[in-house]
Amino acid sequence: MSSENGKRLLETDAGGLNFEATELTLGLPGEPRVTSDGGAKLGSKRGFSETVDLKLGDNNQEVKLGHSLQEAAKSPVSKTQVVGWPPVRGFARRGKKSCKYVKVAVDGAPYLRKVDLEIYNSYQQLLTSLEDMFSCFTIRNYLNEKKIDQVNGIEYMPTYEDKDGDWMLVGDVPWQMFVESCKRLRLMKSSEAVGLGLKTAPKYSSTN
Amino acid sequence: MNYFPDEVLEHVFDFITSHKDRNSVSLVCKSWYKIERYSRQRVFIGNCYSISPERLIARFPGLKSLTLKGKPHFADFNLVPHDWGGFVYPWIEALAKSRIGLEELRLKRMVVSDESLELLSKSFVNFKSLVLVSCEGFTTDGLAAIAANCRFLRELDLQENEVDDHRGHWLSCFPESCTSLISLNFACLRGEVNLGALERLVSRSPNLKSLRLNRAVPLDTLQKLLMRAPQLVDLGIGSYVHDPFSEAYNKLKIAIQRCKSIRSLSGFLEVALHCMSAIYPICGNLTFLNLSYAPGLHGNKLMKLIQHCRKLQRLWILDCIGDKGLGVVALTCKELQELRVFPSDPFEAGNAAVTEEGLVLVSAGCPKLNSLLYFCQQMTNAALITVAKNCPNFIRFRLCILDPIKPDPVTNQPLDEGFGAIVQSCKGLKRLSLSGLLTDQVFLYIGMYAEQLEMLSIAFAADSDKGMLYVLNGCKKLRKLEIRDCPFGDAALLEDVGKYETMRSLWMSSCEVTLGGCKSVAEKMPSLNVEIIDESEQMEFNLDDKQKVDKMYLYRTLVGHRKDAPEYVWIL
Repeated sequence: MSSENGKRLLETDAGGLNFEATELTLGLPGEPRVTSDGGAKLGSKRGFSETVDLKLGDNNQEVKLGHSLQEAAKSPVSKTQVVGWPPVRGFARRGKKSCKYVKVAVDGAPYLRKVDLEIYNSYQQLLTSLEDMFSCFTIRNYLNEKKIDQVNGIEYMPTYEDKDGDWMLVGDVPWQMFVESCKRLRLMKSSEAVGLGLKTAPKYSSTN
Repeated sequence: MNYFPDEVLEHVFDFITSHKDRNSVSLVCKSWYKIERYSRQRVFIGNCYSISPERLIARFPGLKSLTLKGKPHFADFNLVPHDWGGFVYPWIEALAKSRIGLEELRLKRMVVSDESLELLSKSFVNFKSLVLVSCEGFTTDGLAAIAANCRFLRELDLQENEVDDHRGHWLSCFPESCTSLISLNFACLRGEVNLGALERLVSRSPNLKSLRLNRAVPLDTLQKLLMRAPQLVDLGIGSYVHDPFSEAYNKLKIAIQRCKSIRSLSGFLEVALHCMSAIYPICGNLTFLNLSYAPGLHGNKLMKLIQHCRKLQRLWILDCIGDKGLGVVALTCKELQELRVFPSDPFEAGNAAVTEEGLVLVSAGCPKLNSLLYFCQQMTNAALITVAKNCPNFIRFRLCILDPIKPDPVTNQPLDEGFGAIVQSCKGLKRLSLSGLLTDQVFLYIGMYAEQLEMLSIAFAADSDKGMLYVLNGCKKLRKLEIRDCPFGDAALLEDVGKYETMRSLWMSSCEVTLGGCKSVAEKMPSLNVEIIDESEQMEFNLDDKQKVDKMYLYRTLVGHRKDAPEYVWIL
């Protein structure tokens, strides 16, 4: 379980708010940066009068940061995001027409493919499409276990790498959350998946 | 008034429609309470956990229209876990068992399952209107049940919901006998729809006034639909991509020109820039234009479109319009009351295309402006002071600077003075969202001047408990307060716990309140539910009162602790 610090960064929305340490600092260029020692100090409350006297740009600069931003400042720039900011509904996806191409690797195949997750609306569609793409394999239709012949059909388990770098089983989270956090897909040979003890079906199956 | 028979009073009460007024009426005396409750048809419940369905049914047996809101507002920004709560099923179940003749159900931020929709569709013979806003948990199968079973359906309005689209034939489920549709909005669905069924449905719906299509409806279908429904008042275009020299485009031009009643236009979920001239004939009558889902529409083409919209009252747009574009708005849209500028690239701070300049231009050109949602790159105190002077009529003022603690870039000062000017000038301000670098000072101003304020959203602001105290002490009409990442702790939280009973709810996340502080509130105020949301399992193993609480949500309720909370929610 990651530390409380890491907890603040659980955002896995598309894109990242690239807070470089420089952008958060109100001091002059060349000022000493916020150090992790200073972190605790920064969290302390300051009285109103201190704020009034705050001369932004002075040498006695104190940087006031909310929790999330303090944590963001400590982390490597590329992974820095603040949960829930800006306050825009994730649903909106109002931005430039997004396409979310991810690599698909299949154990044993000589080359990878790429799929655009945005064109699908459900796990069912994605898996069907992958089956078409790798037509010589049968992908375990994990989402609809009733259809699968336990003896013959199962060959591969669909897994994916999420934004935190963890390998996850496809199907546990709502579709949209999956699209936003998936970095790449891997169809893992079921024989390698033995021992993972996957007895329960993922939450978001087509039968739900 | 004691000398009037009940029927007369009832008739008088018929003219009182606002919820607030009817609530006041019911408090006058027992007799008025009784008459009011039997005659009440519309009920609004701002927090579904503040009351139970059983008590609602007991008090208002004549209920026809129910509005329910579930999750707290910050759920929109992923700050509330998915299964926190807000399930509508128990409500529908209870209403179905009763003899309530429900005709209208409006839900916001609730979890709606297919089972609930199916039960709803089968339980109320006269059901007419379903409006779902920012809901989730259902699929197109649930919509199919509504279509198939609600024989007198007039309105199916889906706004920004998370729908699992099974690409089924839900539209085909409207029976041939269904001719009562007035409003159909399925713009948020991502899947294919049966175009033939859609055309036939529109053909047999002579009262259809509002039609919002999803992305899967192509242009030639749009043209056919408009030919069949020239009486439309509100249109949401799905896909607007075609060859400008095609037959379909010519037909579309003709069809649009027949639609003389369109006052509201939205969608353009897919758009080809060179085809916008077909829309010009209806622009002159538009009062509402929503282009916030159309990133493909920008630059000169967008300007030209806006220049035709002289009667616009509400404009929702993306920030790629730029400050210059807002200048065009200021020159053209003199009737403008509401402006919303959304970020087209929310997670790349530094790319927002509007600044304080655009806002100042609009404030100068549009004196009737009273409602604002503005995502921008930066803001200055001077600009806010100017805006406050130009537009003293703001009811809603929501400013979001994409970099949350950015000071005034010109003076490097916090934005206290700017927001202070807004609250001082806009005496009718009801809703305020702050951003940028802010100290306790801005809250002093808010407490002093924002007398009508009902909802306040604060993020990454303030220096001490004083900030929160100024607000709680000063804003007498405050109903909803939501705070994230501010240094407010137990001292502020506990100063006046009675205040929370006068409010609908308080949200505090990533602040300085401790478990002990929250417990204290819960102890002193049994009429509040104090919820701690903590997914990190710390609560299981470390129940130290001095521990800071990650997320706290408290709300007044008449029915005590809810029974449907997931395991990571502790109700103190």
